[in-house]
Amino acid sequence: MKAAVTTSPSVGPPLWLLLELTYRCPLQCVFCYNPIDFAKVEDELTTGEWLRVLREARALGSVQLGLSGGEPLVRDDVEQIAAEAHRLGYYTNLITSGVGLSRERLSELKRVGLDHIQLSFQDSTREMNDFLSHTRTFELKKRCAEWIKSHGYPMVVNCVIHRLNIDHLDTIIDMAVQMGADYLELANTQYYSWAHLNREHLLPSREQLQRAERTMLEWRERMKGKMRILFVVPDYYEQRPKRCVNGWGTTLATIAPDGTALPCHTARMLPGLSFPNVRTKGMREIWFQSEAFNKFRGFGWMKEPCASCEEREKDLGGCRCQAYLLAHDPAVADPVCSKSPHHQVVLAALDRAQQPQVPEAPLIFRRRENSSRLA
Amino acid sequence: MTQADRPSMRPGFRLQWEEVQKAYVLLYPEGMVKLNTSAAEILRRCDGERSVDEIVADLESAFNRKGLQGDIEQFLQLARAQGWLSAAVS
Ligand code: SF4
Ligand code: SF4
Repeated sequence: MKAAVTTSPSVGPPLWLLLELTYRCPLQCVFCYNPIDFAKVEDELTTGEWLRVLREARALGSVQLGLSGGEPLVRDDVEQIAAEAHRLGYYTNLITSGVGLSRERLSELKRVGLDHIQLSFQDSTREMNDFLSHTRTFELKKRCAEWIKSHGYPMVVNCVIHRLNIDHLDTIIDMAVQMGADYLELANTQYYSWAHLNREHLLPSREQLQRAERTMLEWRERMKGKMRILFVVPDYYEQRPKRCVNGWGTTLATIAPDGTALPCHTARMLPGLSFPNVRTKGMREIWFQSEAFNKFRGFGWMKEPCASCEEREKDLGGCRCQAYLLAHDPAVADPVCSKSPHHQVVLAALDRAQQPQVPEAPLIFRRRENSSRLA
Repeated sequence: MTQADRPSMRPGFRLQWEEVQKAYVLLYPEGMVKLNTSAAEILRRCDGERSVDEIVADLESAFNRKGLQGDIEQFLQLARAQGWLSAAVS
């Protein structure tokens, strides 16, 4: 049976809107979640176009807004976008590495009604060393943290964890404490895009993970009531997949820098889907009628073992991008699931992660040249 | 929490009516919850000005009902446990 591509009354509003304002970024994180071929995307939406997206999505019911990238602050109109978002009644979250933040920009963002800032510790290996040795990067983050706090924002810090930095977790948490973080998110890399390319370097061993968890629990105990710590293990170590973006086309709409509308920020890699663009279609039509947003809604698209699985309501078959990356078919069960016929691929990756040797292939940094070469 | 406390919402938290959802939602960094009417009516009054006693009196008169104190205090406890309210200042 072919699922009808029509407005379904059971489809709720896109409560979360994520605007990836640009793919430009001064950093080169080896785990970057931007598409590998980001260099192809050059024609970013204009300020006016972003403002129109904000209005259209708000009318549909979007209310939580993320401004991210790349590094959103590379654009000089973030203040204007945040101002319009506030006027429309969004709760606006800025997700930034802090590079490009200044006291002046922050004051302006506060003045126009930006609600929240998430400061991420990004790292390439060089920066990680830099960072761990308390030098430049840390100084920059610390300054940002002070400004953020002095503007009355809660201090929310995010650090992506992986094989190359997980053994330094104690130092990382200590730095977050020194920065006065109220909330620290330690999320293990998810293996898409650049992180998938670099997976052999980034997937921690079970032992590393257990040690990190113990360290984290000690800090959690010590910081009780002062700082909350969230720790996300890599889903490769789980038996069941995560619900992806709370379910395809149920909650989140992501708009890429060139106006491509996506049900999740990595969906762009999926073959055989043509994603609508806000330049040519309105948000209402995109959300309710486009083939792409309807493709994996509900259960009709599922294959076995998901189709008849009693747990399907819980995880909705996991992540479509992971299914595609690991099993070359976006409509099969997420191979993280132990019931998946492709689960072996995950187990093999885990096996390799228990070995001490460094992979032969070099780490690939998220650089424009690499993006053009790999596209 | 004592009756003299003047609860207020945590900085970064915002309560707002959402027409599309036909409900009040509480918005906070990277999250939101949909509230039922009574929860929203209580939270709306947590402005740091009113004491718990005043909130109770206010709601009892607004809804023309008596004996809400227990429910309200229970909700405030929950809201505090969820981290929606600032630390008590008396
Ligand atoms: S993950 Fe790193 S490289 Fe990618 S956009 Fe964020 S800061 Fe830039
Ligand atoms: S078989 Fe599919 S639906 Fe069932 S638990 Fe695994 S991924 Fe989820």
